[in-house]
Amino acid sequence: MSRVEFRKDLFADERSDDLNEVGKPTIRQDIIGHVRGTTRFYDDHLFDGLLHMRCVRSPHHHARIRNINVSGAESMPGVRRIVMPSDVPNNLNTLLSLIGFGRDDEPLLSSAKVAYKGEPVCAVIADTERQARDAVAAIKVDWEVLPHVLDVEQAIQPDAPVVNETYPNNLFDYGRFDHQKLRFGDVHSAMQRADKIVEGQYQMSPIEQAPMETCGAIAAPETNERIVCHTATQALFFSLGTTAKLLDVPSSRLHFIGGTVGGGFGGKVDSITEPMAVLGALLTGKPVKFHWDREEEMQVGAPRGAERWVIRDGVMNDGSIIAREFTGYFDCGAYTRLSSYAIQKGVGHLPGPYTIPNVAANVYCVYTNRTPATAMRGFGITGVDFAIESHMDKVAEAVGMNPIELRIHNAYRDGDMKAHRRVAKNTALIECCQVAAQKSNWQLGPQYASASSLRDGGSTERAAIPETAVDMVGKIGERRSSSIAASPAQGTERVPAGQASELLSPLPLQHADMQIEPSRVGHTVKATAPLANAAGAPPPAATAHRETTQPPATQVSTPVSQQSPVSPPESLPASSTGSYQQPPRDQPAASPPEAPAVKPYEPQERFNKGMNRPGAARHLINRRRR
Amino acid sequence: MTVHKGRGFACINYPIGMNLGGDPSQALVHSNPDGKFTVTLSSIDLGQGMKSVTRQIASETLGVPVEDVYVDTADSDTGPHCMGSFASRGTHRVGNAVIRAANEARQQMLAAAADELEVNASDLDTDGRGNIFVKGAPSRSITVSETAIAAQFKQGKTLAGRGIFLVPKSDVDDMTGEMSTVTTFAHAALIVDLEVDDETGVVEVNEINSAYEVGRALNPRLVEQQLIGGAWMGVSHALYETTEPYYPSRDHAPLDFNSYLMPGPGEVVPHNIAILERPAEDAPYGGKGPGEMCANPVLPAIANAVYNAVGVRCDSLPITPEKVLRGIRANGGAQPKGTPG
Amino acid sequence: MAKKPISFVLNGQDTSVFVEQGGNLLDELRRTVGDLSPKFGCGQGTCGACTVLINGEPQLSCLVLAERVEGQRIDTNGGLAEGPDLHPLQKAFVEGFAAQCGFCSSGMLMAAKALLDRNASPSRDEIAEAISGNLCRCTGYEPIIDAIVVAAENMRRRTT
Repeated sequence: MSRVEFRKDLFADERSDDLNEVGKPTIRQDIIGHVRGTTRFYDDHLFDGLLHMRCVRSPHHHARIRNINVSGAESMPGVRRIVMPSDVPNNLNTLLSLIGFGRDDEPLLSSAKVAYKGEPVCAVIADTERQARDAVAAIKVDWEVLPHVLDVEQAIQPDAPVVNETYPNNLFDYGRFDHQKLRFGDVHSAMQRADKIVEGQYQMSPIEQAPMETCGAIAAPETNERIVCHTATQALFFSLGTTAKLLDVPSSRLHFIGGTVGGGFGGKVDSITEPMAVLGALLTGKPVKFHWDREEEMQVGAPRGAERWVIRDGVMNDGSIIAREFTGYFDCGAYTRLSSYAIQKGVGHLPGPYTIPNVAANVYCVYTNRTPATAMRGFGITGVDFAIESHMDKVAEAVGMNPIELRIHNAYRDGDMKAHRRVAKNTALIECCQVAAQKSNWQLGPQYASASSLRDGGSTERAAIPETAVDMVGKIGERRSSSIAASPAQGTERVPAGQASELLSPLPLQHADMQIEPSRVGHTVKATAPLANAAGAPPPAATAHRETTQPPATQVSTPVSQQSPVSPPESLPASSTGSYQQPPRDQPAASPPEAPAVKPYEPQERFNKGMNRPGAARHLINRRRR
Repeated sequence: MTVHKGRGFACINYPIGMNLGGDPSQALVHSNPDGKFTVTLSSIDLGQGMKSVTRQIASETLGVPVEDVYVDTADSDTGPHCMGSFASRGTHRVGNAVIRAANEARQQMLAAAADELEVNASDLDTDGRGNIFVKGAPSRSITVSETAIAAQFKQGKTLAGRGIFLVPKSDVDDMTGEMSTVTTFAHAALIVDLEVDDETGVVEVNEINSAYEVGRALNPRLVEQQLIGGAWMGVSHALYETTEPYYPSRDHAPLDFNSYLMPGPGEVVPHNIAILERPAEDAPYGGKGPGEMCANPVLPAIANAVYNAVGVRCDSLPITPEKVLRGIRANGGAQPKGTPG
Repeated sequence: MAKKPISFVLNGQDTSVFVEQGGNLLDELRRTVGDLSPKFGCGQGTCGACTVLINGEPQLSCLVLAERVEGQRIDTNGGLAEGPDLHPLQKAFVEGFAAQCGFCSSGMLMAAKALLDRNASPSRDEIAEAISGNLCRCTGYEPIIDAIVVAAENMRRRTT
């Protein structure tokens, strides 16, 4: 039997526990429906004449499509429509184009080649699911099998097959480089001072999110030229925006309903079933369901990607880790999806919850001929945490130290500088270590049992950004011509020591009435937070929102931080904007709430055209013409 | 055959919210004519409790009983934009948007009540039980219901609010990795006790003791659900789960739950949890989303405990009996390290 | 495809429908009868989300031919509550926070009901065995087992 206790004694002076509703064990709002079986998941909306859509999928890891013969399938009983790649008006997308990150690299249905086993090339819409399956089996695809690559380190060799033509080096681009760098201090010289070097390599295999409800969507024409889509998505407007972009449909014509989902765990962000179902409804004028069966969910639905991490620590005999170096490979599969972003999240997390004065990392987002990877619970962190915490035990053994004491010895504390050059606050690692140790009677020495996250952090040394060794190794494309080492290189340039920059704060309130009184939130709020006052005056200008100032650390001889996380080569189109604008990069130091930047409505150009393109909503065009 | 006991430790922190910002969420709150409130969102409840936790946040902020608030999620025609339920952003981003929307509605409610009571709105407060009263003179009061009726039918005012929460997007420096990531971190430390059978290689987890720091448990039972279910998933990830058992080879890929393995109800591990609460300044009522981080410490803690039990370092997941046995054979037999602690 | 008329007793009500020949009971209950409480989780008989009782025995409705239930008694979670009053199992699930996403709940409840119908005071091991064909990805099972223990106690108290 499990037991839960609340340690209200800890951090008690930072918190009041007298709130009315927050903190109460209120019964879940949705539970009555769950236990009665009346909760409506996406598939619990019944439609007369519902059609079923299924995909023809690649049996090969990597192959060119010579020809698709659908003649037999077209005339089979119940078949309403064969859906080809040419039916998708704007058949190239990348998920994060909605926030302006990365280039479009993935078709909804592939027309030229497939880059993973299970990649869809066309689809059948039929009266029953069985008829759709039969017709899928009758479609003949003439494949030209290509060499494939499945291992991340082989994929970055000069002679590896190109998995994804948008990223011809099999690596995502991070500014000027083919990997995301992290540099803090000088790892190479610190390693030479270290008493011991501890190395390890860690591997996590792909993991399926396995929600009990598989991914799916039902789309149906509404009465007013719109399409309603019931969906299991984890991100309603993400899916709506992706659908609008791929199908070249104004977002106003899409009515998405969801919000009640049978588990997600990250597996329902990819927004594939929604554009497929909506496309089916546009092409047939009928309600269409597209869902993954369990087999597709396991092998075609994107998993948590595999990660390989190599860690090298320089350690002193007293247990102080003075240098830590990472080489990381995210296996993102054939298309980017969310792996590129997971890496930046992972890099911001390094070197784990420890204060280490010298840190370097090279992390690669590698394309291989396998199912694309995506988000899962612990996005970008679970794999590297497995590596770091397994490694900490190796370090403890190497220096002969109690593993928990080693963690507390190196733990980050309030005011410490993190390797991504921002100050840590609100830390509580040490207290968690102490409480867990108490609970299982794991003895700690007195100095570890009495340590605190609130003390001994933020000293001049621990809060400083050190002089940092940087290098220019691994520029985009270099690896194609010669093999270069994957691990962080010895620095060839130095950036001077510097001060911490401000953290980005939430943008100021639109209206003073939205600001809850600090006395009602139940915990300490920094006095400089934007406060509302009765007159609705603007929040204090200097503190309401501070854009990151360029820190001295990045003032290097080489050009500083690129203009956007991805600078597409000239030959490729810039990432599409989808239906959302990227938030403005340069916010004013403080925008007074009464002076919002009102912009007239500007329809996106892409939505004004394309209605006459093949496959785009013929029945709706006809209706519009009447 | 011998069964060896092992104990392993791991501790982690976890960034709460979409890491680099640029991810807005919005909320709308409005009152029925009689002072019952509806919160409309396009955020998703996947089981984590989005509807329930935003309901508590909204009622706390409005100052009304939780029974007088219902949350409607995810109709794109009525719910304003939200980036979605992922990256532990729900509680943090949506919760903050709900606070703003609910607070704007509260200010309108207090202004309407002030008109009825002929006092200044700033002199009013709510009792959380459906009444608005004059501070220092609790007998001078009006119900939320009467206030809403007066606002709608007499004063011609809405009791409604909108809220948005956005942390601006941070770039990442390509040479140093400098970035302005999220500011809110949850924490956990966890000790696993397990047994390894050196004949079969089977690992059986016996007990977990843990401490999770969650900022504030906005609903302690929902937090408990996440921590117990999440640790179960951690055990599952560590010992069983993968879609590619011989990665990077794609052979032997599971296609159903007979071959994609997870622990069942017969393998429930007793889990003793301590919950710590150090509120995060910019989080709603200080609460950090516990949903994602709860599985993370379990994986390395199990790997460390297996090493402690039989001296085999399983550096690749999942830790299958095959890997344990191969390790034991390579070492010439089990090499217990002696239980620490 | 040819349809076949069949009659059965669903949650105590005489029910007659035309079903697809070769169609499975889960599809017919959901699409033809309109009882949406059993769920499609795998269609392979491995997750238990579609569990219904046929003559009191828990069965995976995704693997049962609809034609096979002619004249039989079928109970689903849609019929478990007595009007507005929750069944003690449902009540225990609510109060014990034994569901998160709720997708497995209907199948889980039917497996539990079949157990309590034949064993009024099951041990925790017997409960675990009874629900071992029902997967849950959210809860870690323990709150579900706890809730079934509580429900069994409450049902015994009610009958004594």
